[in-house]
Amino acid sequence: MVSASPLAERHAALGATMTDFAGWSMPVRYASDLAEHRAVRTTAGLFDVSHMGEIWVRGPGASAALDAALVSWISRVTPGRAKYTMICASDGGVMDDLIVYRTSEETFLVVANADNAVAVAAELTARCASDACEVEDRSSVTSLIAVQGPASRPIVEAMTGGLPPELRYYAAIEVMIDRTIPALVARTGYTGEDGYEFFVATDDAGRVWDGALARGESRGIVPCGLGARDTLRLEAGMPLYGHELSLATTPFAAGLGRVVQFGSPDDPRGDFIGRSALEAAATESTLWEDEPHLAAPEARVLVGMLGEGKRAARAGHRVLDGFGAEVGAVTSGAPSPTLGQPIAMAYVHPRFAQAGTKLVADVRGRGEQMRVTALPFYQRPRADAQGA
Amino acid sequence: MANIPDELMYSEEHEWVAGDVSAGSEVAVGITEYAAAALGDIVYVEAPEMGDDVVAGEVCGELESTKAVSEFFAPVTGVVTAINEAVIDAPETLNTEAYGDGWIIKITIKTPNRKLLNSEQYAAITE
Repeated sequence: MVSASPLAERHAALGATMTDFAGWSMPVRYASDLAEHRAVRTTAGLFDVSHMGEIWVRGPGASAALDAALVSWISRVTPGRAKYTMICASDGGVMDDLIVYRTSEETFLVVANADNAVAVAAELTARCASDACEVEDRSSVTSLIAVQGPASRPIVEAMTGGLPPELRYYAAIEVMIDRTIPALVARTGYTGEDGYEFFVATDDAGRVWDGALARGESRGIVPCGLGARDTLRLEAGMPLYGHELSLATTPFAAGLGRVVQFGSPDDPRGDFIGRSALEAAATESTLWEDEPHLAAPEARVLVGMLGEGKRAARAGHRVLDGFGAEVGAVTSGAPSPTLGQPIAMAYVHPRFAQAGTKLVADVRGRGEQMRVTALPFYQRPRADAQGA
Repeated sequence: MANIPDELMYSEEHEWVAGDVSAGSEVAVGITEYAAAALGDIVYVEAPEMGDDVVAGEVCGELESTKAVSEFFAPVTGVVTAINEAVIDAPETLNTEAYGDGWIIKITIKTPNRKLLNSEQYAAITE
């Protein structure tokens, strides 16, 4: 069974091409993937991401419960701020990557990928639920609408009647849209641009979408599909669960070890699920960096690769060294609209993870020259944004 | 609905052929509006080279969009006698003008292809 977005009629009216993604029928593009991608880089894009999962964790025991359930030190997140984190299995494998918004001292919104939302809600219930902590999956009654791009702030301010200047990157506040629609607006996104995301009741999604389009029209807003979302996140070096992240990878192998917070001898953090496995993974990943030739043949780390030709390596393509030996595999790849050349993320043996390393992608039986490069491929001018 | 001009012939792999399709004739070949729309914005076209022999129904190039890759099949058997450099340089032409200026190669036909479809037959397979 495929779920329909509450905005399905609007997508149809806009002439969207729909695709089935994670059990949802969602727009892949309205007219042009490239125009949509470029709008987000230069003006603003409007995204329906209602398929994402929204799980609330509340109560006096919520922060301690999330500390034990997730790899990040959630109790250290200030109310009003957000954190990119992961939920891992006890062996350190990634069950999902998440954004956790702390909306008050005892209230947390956990946003999970659509494919994993049910499993994450069940896992959080198992890990966190108690007399002092309630877990509620509100995905079916919550919609998520994103406004992303350099022109997003004036659009969002026009919708909300203004935003406080302290609404920094990775912060969120409760607002009223058009004075009547309650929403949580967060300065987060999946495009590599400054941008905002509105969490609203599903019943209000249509009005919020219409309001964003009306307010954004003079500022160049363009409705964007999942196609543009994928090339935008890939340029920004952001992982996609099922591609760069899976139960078979740890946050360290994915180059995202920074989300795992162990604490320090002076400032110890308690146990959390996956801790001992992740400590081993952290040690191993340091070894791989320092002594890559000592890594086992099957060891893999995530790298970015720039294609030197025209043909893009795609997910699943083999990565070879200069002698034709298989040393990894591509997890995502596309022609980059911003860079004008193919980009890809791939898991390769640590010996080939150094920036500048030349590799070959087996693109439908023909080798394409690739060069390892630091992620992200694209970084926005940072003048207006504070770090996460 | 995608435009399917009556005066062209078509392959089942969504290529169009313009001109007399008998042996010795040079025809222009491209991809249909339907195929271009399904691919999304085309950003790279790999065409065969001048003088290459191509065989009807066999792959002779690639079309790449941000989202997907599609093989480009020769709709007739013959020799490549022209390449549309304007389309190689600006592949997005295929999305805006799949027919006419959006021709990709010209082929001088060696053996006529009896499996080509007329516009009505082609329309039926895009429904």
